[in-house]
Amino acid sequence: MANVNKAIKISQKHLLGIQDLSISDVNFILSEAKQFIDLNKSKNKKLDVLRGKTQINLFFEPSTRTQSSFELAGKRLGADVMSMNLNNSAIKKGETLIDTAMTLNAMHPDIIVVRHQDSGASNLLSQKVNCAVLNAGDGRREHPTQALLDALTIIDRKEKIEGLKIAICGDIVHSRVARSNIYLLNMLGAEVNIIGPSNLMPKDIEKLGVKSFSDMKKGLKDCDIVMMLRLQNERMTSSFLSSNREYYEYYGLTPDKLDFAKDDALIMHPGPMNRGIEIDTNLADDINKSVIKEQVELGVAVRMACLKIFCE
Amino acid sequence: MKKKYFLNANIIDPQNSIDEVGGLIIGENGLIEAVGKKVNTNNIPSREKYIDLKGKHLIPGIVDMRVFVGEPGFEYKENFRTLSEASLSGGVTSVVTMPNTNPIVDNVSIVDFLKRRGRDKAKINIYPTASLTKNLEGTNMTEFGLLQAKGIVGFTDGYKTIQNTRLMSRIMRSAYDLNCLVMQHVEDKELAKDGMVNDGIISTKLGLQGISDLAEKIIIERDLTLLEDFNCRYHISQISSLKSLDVIKKRKESVEFTCGVSINNLSLNENDIGDFRTFLKLSPPLRTEDDRLALIKGVNNDLIDVIVSDHKPEDEEQKRLTFAQAATGASGIETLLPLALELYHNESLKLNKIIKALTCNPAKILKINKGNLSIGNDADFCVLDINKPWLVKKENLISKSKNTSIEGRKLQGKVTNTFVKGEELFKS
Repeated sequence: MANVNKAIKISQKHLLGIQDLSISDVNFILSEAKQFIDLNKSKNKKLDVLRGKTQINLFFEPSTRTQSSFELAGKRLGADVMSMNLNNSAIKKGETLIDTAMTLNAMHPDIIVVRHQDSGASNLLSQKVNCAVLNAGDGRREHPTQALLDALTIIDRKEKIEGLKIAICGDIVHSRVARSNIYLLNMLGAEVNIIGPSNLMPKDIEKLGVKSFSDMKKGLKDCDIVMMLRLQNERMTSSFLSSNREYYEYYGLTPDKLDFAKDDALIMHPGPMNRGIEIDTNLADDINKSVIKEQVELGVAVRMACLKIFCE
Repeated sequence: MKKKYFLNANIIDPQNSIDEVGGLIIGENGLIEAVGKKVNTNNIPSREKYIDLKGKHLIPGIVDMRVFVGEPGFEYKENFRTLSEASLSGGVTSVVTMPNTNPIVDNVSIVDFLKRRGRDKAKINIYPTASLTKNLEGTNMTEFGLLQAKGIVGFTDGYKTIQNTRLMSRIMRSAYDLNCLVMQHVEDKELAKDGMVNDGIISTKLGLQGISDLAEKIIIERDLTLLEDFNCRYHISQISSLKSLDVIKKRKESVEFTCGVSINNLSLNENDIGDFRTFLKLSPPLRTEDDRLALIKGVNNDLIDVIVSDHKPEDEEQKRLTFAQAATGASGIETLLPLALELYHNESLKLNKIIKALTCNPAKILKINKGNLSIGNDADFCVLDINKPWLVKKENLISKSKNTSIEGRKLQGKVTNTFVKGEELFKS
């Protein structure tokens, strides 16, 4: 029966990116996720939906929240979860992504969650294994579950996404979160502003159906949601910015800049945060404005939904 | 060798302005004895047999100016024998090999090895180039004069660019003194750093580092500026963009230079990369459709002189990786002519123009007496069925490496016979 539901309700075998999903796919995932929100707050959080299933978390890049979120989500659904951190082991021995994939495939997992530093890695993996692949972030390209949990958080607070004005600010060029969010928020009918210094803007970004601003105040004007991104210093190979101090001055979210957004604007951040660089530390913790903790909480629900839907 | 007679072919030899139905006679020494419409049954002794090429085209053997061969050092990718077989099947009879081997072609002793291996293992004509700088490091010049005396036809750092402007000016001065050909891969290293695809909406969507077309334009402008003062034989190996073409057009009036383009950039664009197809990770990168159309126009207007295969064999292990990790380049020598014929069939280019860019133009730049059907020359030519449809399948490729950029493409036009020095070395 579960298989029949899957066939009807989701168009993809793998979750590689928001780009591949239809609006009904998205609505299906979000509605499944909503059911897990209350469960995650209750005393007994364990289900047996995925009992007997094997979930492998394959992380080629360090991650705390995404990895623990996926691990917890799998365990709460009753799956056997194995997490592998490959930042330094197999890769240093010269094993390629495909070799690793074939090795794991021989162990008959039901689902593989993968994070990799190269764009397109999850696509490559999905072509080589028999089970479903969930992309937990590939290079700069996509981070679909992050966008889905962001959407769920917005809907939870604002009841809808259609018609909202949403600003995504900061290091856009290196951000998979920005790309997935642009696709998803556009699909759900939001108006999206992209804000950042020109050096951190990808070429032709406006062709994705967004407006881009290098003046943060102009970009934030009348926004309902302000989504801040982490400055990804580890991906910067040459000089993009003069200093963190100057960046904070012009692109850090501070109360005076936030004033340009709507009074009831919400602040989001995918984490981990660089306090005092892209966001004022008090704003990040302001329970009236910041929904950063809620994002983490709903992240587990969204990942439970994705695991359930994509795991046969 | 017995004399050979061919009749009724559509003969195209741009160098000698032949574009007519006629015949070809090869002498016992393997040289061309007669060619053109005057050659008909009346010229042939009655007891001699002739080959009727009615409906077929006969053109000079192709001169491919940019070919990477794996020998020495990377024989598992391609050796002289496999390169030769692949070339012959595509009508290519002369190739210019790049110096990016292991060891690198940067000194006289390796040239002897290359020439010996080329002669023993390859049935086609091998014209090796040497590097511009020792060990391809971009700091010290190689011995242009001594290398040229050993038979090196040109100098290039292959897929690397001379970044240092002062060194480039000195290279040009030396090349002027010694009458050497300099071939530059035009890309500013810092601007193109970590780049994999054209910088634009595709790089943004795929999340891959882009290579701006400015990286190409800047080096072209720099080199042509230097060339105004240090006038040597200078050839831009390949261009990929409209912007570069604009510069070339402006500068053609004041400086003398030549320019090439890869068949990949004439036939594909960045959209073909699709879902991270690593076989289309190329240098220069595939760019937009506007760029592609401009390049075709460039060939039409004689701003671009040469079409090359940019044949770069890579074994599949080097391509079965993420896009960032995968090797750059595509195997293409055997599909160069058929893919170029696509531009004739879809009326982008005249047949004569295509043949010119594949035969006599490169030969003239290299100052080698190839790519023509002149009487008394080696009978290097191929016969083709210009309308024959076929499908590119990597398992049918002859080259040792199967990394074709056009897997599954339906092409029209195939080489049926290839001759080198009057000897038939390929027959389909």
